Amino acid sequence: MAKVTLTVNGRTMSGECDDRTLLVHFIREKLGLTGTHVGCDTTQCGACVVHMDGRSVKSCSILAVQASGSTVTTIEGIAAQGELHPVQAAFNQHHGLQCGFCTPGMVMTAVDMIARHGGALDEATVRHELEGNICRCTGYHNIVKAVLSANEEMHGAARQAAE
Amino acid sequence: MYATSYHRASSVGEAVNLRSSQEEGRYISGGMTLIATMKQRLAAPSNLIDLRHIGELKGISVEGRAVRIGAATPHADVAGSAALRAVCPAICNLAGMIGDPHVRHMGTIGGSVANNDPAADYPSAVLALNATVITDRREIAADDFFVGMFETALEEAEMITAIRFEAPERAGYAKFANPASRYALTGVFVAKFTSGVRVAVTGAGANGVFRVPEMEAALAASWSPESVAGVSVDPGMLMSDMHATSEYRANLVRVMAKRAVQAS
Ligand SMILES: Cc1cc2nc3c(=O)[nH]c(=O)nc-3n(C[C@H](O)[C@H](O)[C@H](O)COP(=O)(O)OP(=O)(O)OC[C@H]3O[C@@H](n4cnc5c(N)ncnc54)[C@H](O)[C@@H]3O)c2cc1C
Ligand code: FES
Ligand code: FES
Repeated sequence: MAKVTLTVNGRTMSGECDDRTLLVHFIREKLGLTGTHVGCDTTQCGACVVHMDGRSVKSCSILAVQASGSTVTTIEGIAAQGELHPVQAAFNQHHGLQCGFCTPGMVMTAVDMIARHGGALDEATVRHELEGNICRCTGYHNIVKAVLSANEEMHGAARQAAE
Repeated sequence: MYATSYHRASSVGEAVNLRSSQEEGRYISGGMTLIATMKQRLAAPSNLIDLRHIGELKGISVEGRAVRIGAATPHADVAGSAALRAVCPAICNLAGMIGDPHVRHMGTIGGSVANNDPAADYPSAVLALNATVITDRREIAADDFFVGMFETALEEAEMITAIRFEAPERAGYAKFANPASRYALTGVFVAKFTSGVRVAVTGAGANGVFRVPEMEAALAASWSPESVAGVSVDPGMLMSDMHATSEYRANLVRVMAKRAVQAS
């Protein structure tokens, strides 16, 4: 058994688990944060995406012990004071989800993508960067729309000011 | 996944000691190949030695045209390095085509090169750039490093610490990605040095990554896409599977070589 300590959504949390326990299972079963999903066995679907030390990662393919000591943000940690995060609001507004299973991973991916590109996002880039996230329902169009709209919302004002 | 014991190393020396003292030990770097394989129970190392927290294995240094990439440097850092892009944009572009953003945040050059997957991208760059694979005990020339499918010159417990090369005058990479996995169905890396040209192909060879001397000669005579258009590769030495026949891959080698020169 190993002791794993993480800072999750701003709070320090510890738990015991096997060395082989995956980070996603630790988050769901030990910490009770079930917003992060498991959609595949092959590291391909992205339903499990969380941020570890500020970068999007697939929590189904990292051991909890590998992550120990790091800072993790899950889907539960992005809405400030009960207000939807702009990416969540954009998914809502643009109907970027149907069954919702892929959505936590999509939203965490979008938050990371928007931060990394500093406002310079176009449709082709969004589609390329959604390579690691599979959605069985939407056909992606509305997800792409939601990401671009959230990007505009988060960076548009700053860009207008600069122009 | 079968049970395993995890060890976090903080230096190269400590990691090599741990690895050598443990039976069935494996290094783990990004885990983007190894954890996935362990989940499928296709690998079951009883001990894992984590390299991700070893500072000396990380980072990119560019001095003049001499490039050194630490083994535990993630693909995303190679893709995003402005210093590296200034001297060898082709390897940055290659790194940006690996898998997806999440895989690029964890997966590392050392893990990819050590694994030598016949469809992985990095082996083609390492071979075409005439890079040196630096390990905890010696230096291995790329031409001697890649032995066959998933096989390298690494000895038991030998660890890659860095990849080193001289930036070429020009280089380009083009990949025809498998539409499902995004691995290379065929990828070609071309590099032009004052001393000559090197062309390496991944994804296609029945024996892993390989060079194409006829293309190297043609490009040395004239660096243009048309130069490689007439060179054909023997399908007999290429892979054939449900994704593509060897004849199809032979054609892809030519097309990707043209695009790689165009991209340079
Ligand atoms: C969904 C998905 C898509 C992918 N797509 C691509 C793609 O398009 N192109 C591509 O090239 N790759 C792709 N990959 C593989 C990815 O690039 C891996 O990151 C890489 O192959 C292995 O690097 P790693 O750091 O994750 O190694 P690990 O998984 O940690 O290790 C792999 C192997 O190398 C050994 N090892 C690791 N580091 C060292 C070292 N320093 N010295 C000696 N041995 C070492 C380990 O013991 C293990 O046997 C993909 C992976 C996934 C999950
Ligand atoms: S559950 Fe992690 S990629 Fe599918
Ligand atoms: S909304 Fe159902 S899988 Fe994406």
